[in-house]
Amino acid sequence: MKSKLNINEDLVKSCRDSAGAIAGDVQAFIDTSSTIAVERTVCRLLGIDGVDAFDVPLPNVVIEALVENELIEKGCADFFARAFLATGKTAQDIAESISDDGFDFQNLPEYSREKKEIIINEKCREGLNRIKVNRNKRRDYLNRFGEKEGALLYVIVATGNIREDVVQAVAAAKQGADVIAVIRTTGQSLLDYVPYGETTDGFGGTYATQENFKIMRSALDDVGEELNRYIRLCNYCSGLCMPEIAAMGAFERLDMMLNDALYGILFRDINMKRTLIDQYFSRIINAYGEVIINTGEDNYLTTSDAYEEAHTVLASQFINEQFAHKAGLKDELIGLGHAYEIDPAFKNSFVYELAQAQMTREIFPEAPLKYMPPTKYLTGDVFLGNVQDALFNIVTTITGQRIHLLGMMTEAVHTPFMSDRAVAIENASYIARSMETLGEEITFKADGLMSKRANEVIGNAHELLAKIEETGMFKSLSQGVFGGVKRGESGGKGLKGVFLKAPDYMNPFIDLMLAELEEGLA
Amino acid sequence: MKGYSIERRQFSRTFDPTHLRPYGDTMNDGKVQISFTLPVENNDKAVECAKQLAVKMGLEQPVIALSKSLDKTFTFFVVYGNTSYSINYEDIEVVSVKVETMGMKETDAYIKENIGRKIVVVGASTGSDAHTVGIDAIMNMKGYAGHYGLERYEMIEAYNLGSQVENIDFVRTAIELKADVLLVSQTVTQKDIHIQNLTQLVEMIEAEGIREKVVLICGGPRVSHQLAKELGYDAGFGSGKFADDAATFLAKEMAGRLQNNSEEIS
Repeated sequence: MKSKLNINEDLVKSCRDSAGAIAGDVQAFIDTSSTIAVERTVCRLLGIDGVDAFDVPLPNVVIEALVENELIEKGCADFFARAFLATGKTAQDIAESISDDGFDFQNLPEYSREKKEIIINEKCREGLNRIKVNRNKRRDYLNRFGEKEGALLYVIVATGNIREDVVQAVAAAKQGADVIAVIRTTGQSLLDYVPYGETTDGFGGTYATQENFKIMRSALDDVGEELNRYIRLCNYCSGLCMPEIAAMGAFERLDMMLNDALYGILFRDINMKRTLIDQYFSRIINAYGEVIINTGEDNYLTTSDAYEEAHTVLASQFINEQFAHKAGLKDELIGLGHAYEIDPAFKNSFVYELAQAQMTREIFPEAPLKYMPPTKYLTGDVFLGNVQDALFNIVTTITGQRIHLLGMMTEAVHTPFMSDRAVAIENASYIARSMETLGEEITFKADGLMSKRANEVIGNAHELLAKIEETGMFKSLSQGVFGGVKRGESGGKGLKGVFLKAPDYMNPFIDLMLAELEEGLA
Repeated sequence: MKGYSIERRQFSRTFDPTHLRPYGDTMNDGKVQISFTLPVENNDKAVECAKQLAVKMGLEQPVIALSKSLDKTFTFFVVYGNTSYSINYEDIEVVSVKVETMGMKETDAYIKENIGRKIVVVGASTGSDAHTVGIDAIMNMKGYAGHYGLERYEMIEAYNLGSQVENIDFVRTAIELKADVLLVSQTVTQKDIHIQNLTQLVEMIEAEGIREKVVLICGGPRVSHQLAKELGYDAGFGSGKFADDAATFLAKEMAGRLQNNSEEIS
């Protein structure tokens, strides 16, 4: 594809190289360490589920016990390999006996590395097969119904009650929505466990639990059958339980996950080491489940000025892309995020938005870009809001954005009513239909405002990436390069859950999944 | 996202048709949105006034989402709130046109088979109403929103008299043309003038002694089937109805009358 903006390809390549070096540097650290969230995820992938008498999830019970018994540094896979060999029981049974205080850690025999690997790999493959089944089921659906051309209309439900969410989601699907995201309850990202079971009492959103995933998945499959369309389900793979949510999502066939390498650090004040290690494992699981990740660069623009800080979005996209590649994600699964957030009072704001969106499209041609609607400058003027959303929809259509998070005219007023969503879907569908191939008709002036703007943004991103490469990622984050947010290396939540791996640490899931991903998933 | 609702919901969330309330995002939440302009300057007092007005309208916990100056002494408001009212849905009775709408070809075939001749339809926008958009949508060849008008029907002979036709002229022309069906449209209806006008037309037709011989239909954005029946019409078509709805009704009504007549004779 020839660039419509005369983008400086050499500079783009250089940006990518810098981002690759930055990610490589961080990856070297990631490989040395693990976290309690990663280990809990291994528990889940081995089939452990349920809660104890105090509603503590069994994966938490197990990992806490391993920490207490100083077994965690070798990884919980090492422990389970020994426990499998010693007891012949399932992971779930072992977890339950730990929960009932009936497990004898002191007299657990040690076995040879070879013996342990044989048994643990076998059990790990069983877990991975559960994910494979879902992957194939999704492929079957998409083969049967066909894949939608153009933008996927993405809407949010956020009632706090999974049953009410289902009502809203089904109505939205019938109105034309392609992706339903269930927003999480306020503060869930800071819980160091994943709540259990069906929930009806979230605030501003609904708890992400495996049972809630299952309920919504089944409702969307049913309405999809009725509509002859595959309706995708999205949730939030972020916060202190990133990889656990990825595992649960892969088990329940979620199709998209918000899964940013840096978001938790910047906007939830989660410790950077914790998040970077967690994002790696979570992204491998998402890659293995063929789950599209969504990155959260749009958030930078809610705290910084969209025009002034446009290059930080681009720089972060390059970094997110490189981290994603390291976790085995193919470009088609990397939904890099950006947003329409330039102040409407700003002259030519639409022209600059169009330039940024076109530039992003050209730099990441295979990525299913996630384009976020105006939020910062939406007011209670719902009529004007609907026009702002229409302009955003036009940019989406002209520049071929793939994941189209629909703006709500009542953004500044309340969580969306059923009718708000219907208005938004009608707005977007009308524009998508009436301007379907307009983008193909348009060329931009070679030395025009848009071309200049795009190259200016690339130039600034290049400079920033070079600086981060030189300074190092951890130190750069402490200087506030993204979203103007400064985070210290040992600050934030969750650092306690990070530990250095022992030399004989074991997590076969990483190797098994990466090996298959490298070969290409069958 | 801003503005998430984090209030605890205290009301019953079970659907109850005897106390039907609006639905925002939760059953029985009663959420409504309203907008209006007050002829006062935009300031704190105006906002409080808008809030009090909303409360008088029956809104609980009104939220003034927008107050915007339109001019020095005009302020526009967008308000959200929960209405305290509910309706017993089971007590509501309405009369609606109960016919399955047929397409143009289907209707033509139906007329051929059941009536055996062309139906003469005379339509007009009567009284002071200068708008032809309604009657044109139903009658013109081109039709409206993909629904062909009556002029295109093979088995309908359609006469569109246009707008500002006096009721007396309308009735006279209908008699001259030996109309089977009279279609009257009322588009702009300030101060309910359409009701006076529609009533006058029925009275004239009855005075001429042709009420039983014609199918009398009215249409327009403020017309409902219920209102039409109350005023003495055979049917009324409001917004969202097209030529095929009217054509289906008039064909079936004509056929029904023919059958009744022949049963009475034999």
